Amino acid sequence: MGPQHPSTHGVLQVKLKLDGERVIDARCVIGYLHRGVEKLAEAQTYAQYVPTLDRMDYIAAVSNCLGYCEAVEKLLGVTAPPRAQYIRVIMTELNRISSHLLWLGTHAIDLGAVTVFLYCFREREEILKIFENYCGARLTTHMFRIGGTQYEIYEGFQDQVRTFIKGFPQKVDEYETLLTENRIWIGRTRGVGVISGKDAIDLGVTGPSLRGSGVQWDLRKAKPYAVYADFEFDIPVGGVGDTYDRYMVRLEEMRQSTRIVAQAVEKIPAGPLMAKMSKIIKPPVGDVYHSIEAPKGELGYYIVSDGSTQAYRTRVRPPSFVNLQALRKMVAGHMVADVVAIIGTLDIVLGEIDR
Amino acid sequence: MAEEEQKDKQQTEKPAEPPKPPQAAEPKAATPKPPPPPPGAKPAAPSKPKGPAQEPWSSPLVDAIKERFGDQFVKAYSFIGQNQIEVKKDRIVEIMAFLRDNDIVPFNYLADETAVHWPKEEQFEIVYILYSFTKNEHVRVKTRIKEWEEIESVVQVWTTADWLEREVYDMFGVRYANHPDLTRILLPEDWVGHPLRKDYDIRLQDVEWVRKHLGIDSGQKYYVGEARDETTDYITPSD
Repeated sequence: MGPQHPSTHGVLQVKLKLDGERVIDARCVIGYLHRGVEKLAEAQTYAQYVPTLDRMDYIAAVSNCLGYCEAVEKLLGVTAPPRAQYIRVIMTELNRISSHLLWLGTHAIDLGAVTVFLYCFREREEILKIFENYCGARLTTHMFRIGGTQYEIYEGFQDQVRTFIKGFPQKVDEYETLLTENRIWIGRTRGVGVISGKDAIDLGVTGPSLRGSGVQWDLRKAKPYAVYADFEFDIPVGGVGDTYDRYMVRLEEMRQSTRIVAQAVEKIPAGPLMAKMSKIIKPPVGDVYHSIEAPKGELGYYIVSDGSTQAYRTRVRPPSFVNLQALRKMVAGHMVADVVAIIGTLDIVLGEIDR
Repeated sequence: MAEEEQKDKQQTEKPAEPPKPPQAAEPKAATPKPPPPPPGAKPAAPSKPKGPAQEPWSSPLVDAIKERFGDQFVKAYSFIGQNQIEVKKDRIVEIMAFLRDNDIVPFNYLADETAVHWPKEEQFEIVYILYSFTKNEHVRVKTRIKEWEEIESVVQVWTTADWLEREVYDMFGVRYANHPDLTRILLPEDWVGHPLRKDYDIRLQDVEWVRKHLGIDSGQKYYVGEARDETTDYITPSD
């Protein structure tokens, strides 16, 4: 299957060993989009490198950017000022919603529900408009800088966000009317790609895919970064860990993200956007690991600094890469058509897997 | 036709080629002109606070490791609040299994495994980032191996190490003993060299590969490298 296959969400090749229609074994062939993102870091300064990261998980570029900026800030011992932190949280959560919307739309279209896709993109468009108004870009946003944010929020930003979050929960309900009790949807997703919580941890699965298996773990709660500690939100979890559970978890996550944005947008504090720091970023000798809860799972950065303006080594721990590893276990014994569902439910982005 | 054109171009360009300094020098020149200037934050305090230092870190877990694997333990320290343990590589699987199964802080999740190349010491540093769901704690375990040495795979401890180790092998050429399927993962099977090693120049594209598979000249300036010996796919920029 693949690499040119519409349901592989990019260029992923899965070599399936079949017994009739039944999958016995699967082997993923990846690397088609490899651009050497980690190597590029060694020839660029810390700040120059940030836009490159937007090209990894291009659906959730804001998260990539946040994770890296925070990792470098941690190494520098700098904290972004509260105003910047709030803007960051709002943008990241909006980005989470848009990422989940894209996932929902494409996942549904893979399983034959075309309508949902159109609805999802309608809302996603609203979010992208906010991004565009804020920084001029829609996908590869390069929204934050090391030490804070570059841009002040535009006039009418809060109103636009408020309008969006006010209407959005109803929109999620709308998607639910199309899918949640749809017999075909249930037939295609219930009991498909089951993975237990223990196996998921062993395989390093994180994010909604882990929570779908009933493990209540979210880095935003476990190790609050940015200002997530200020907000109230719940971590939805699933029961058995099948495709349907993961679907429910992501839908609920969109509602929770809306809650976070609603709280954050009302109390954006005044103050500067950038922390006081030297213009040349020269972290001390040492290393740091910082991970955040990206829409797809734990996105970690491991940076080794040799005290110069360029990182000695930058390692990205991409959630999709590790999650995809679970595919083999999840597809065993299922039909070929279910493979499509399982690839969809893992919510992978090949740009991030191949880097 | 396009090929010919390319060839022509190459030939015409060739005379100008040699004196070009390797790109590596360029970023250095560019360093003074750096990050997008933070507006508002004018000349902040000349932030040269020597940087945080490593602080010794002790905990019941460290003591337990010391006790069990006495000679294997190198040191434990904490850097900007992140705990790290350095061990020797010989009994790495046992140490990892112990870290996973102990009662003090059971690290049941391998967040990441990666490597750092230190060419001066001819060493690789293998870094394991562990997390404990029950105690909500991270720890980094580091071990050093010589470039030509093997290290035991930890796949038997955490399944997730499978692809992570394949990637380390792909990018650094670190060989893992007892790995179920140690093949390249991101690069094509017949790629020569391991790009994340420090001696693999960023400009070094495998021109042969591009020519062979895509039938074109990549147009990249490259160094003529050759494998040092058969056991290490070692590429040295020789001129």
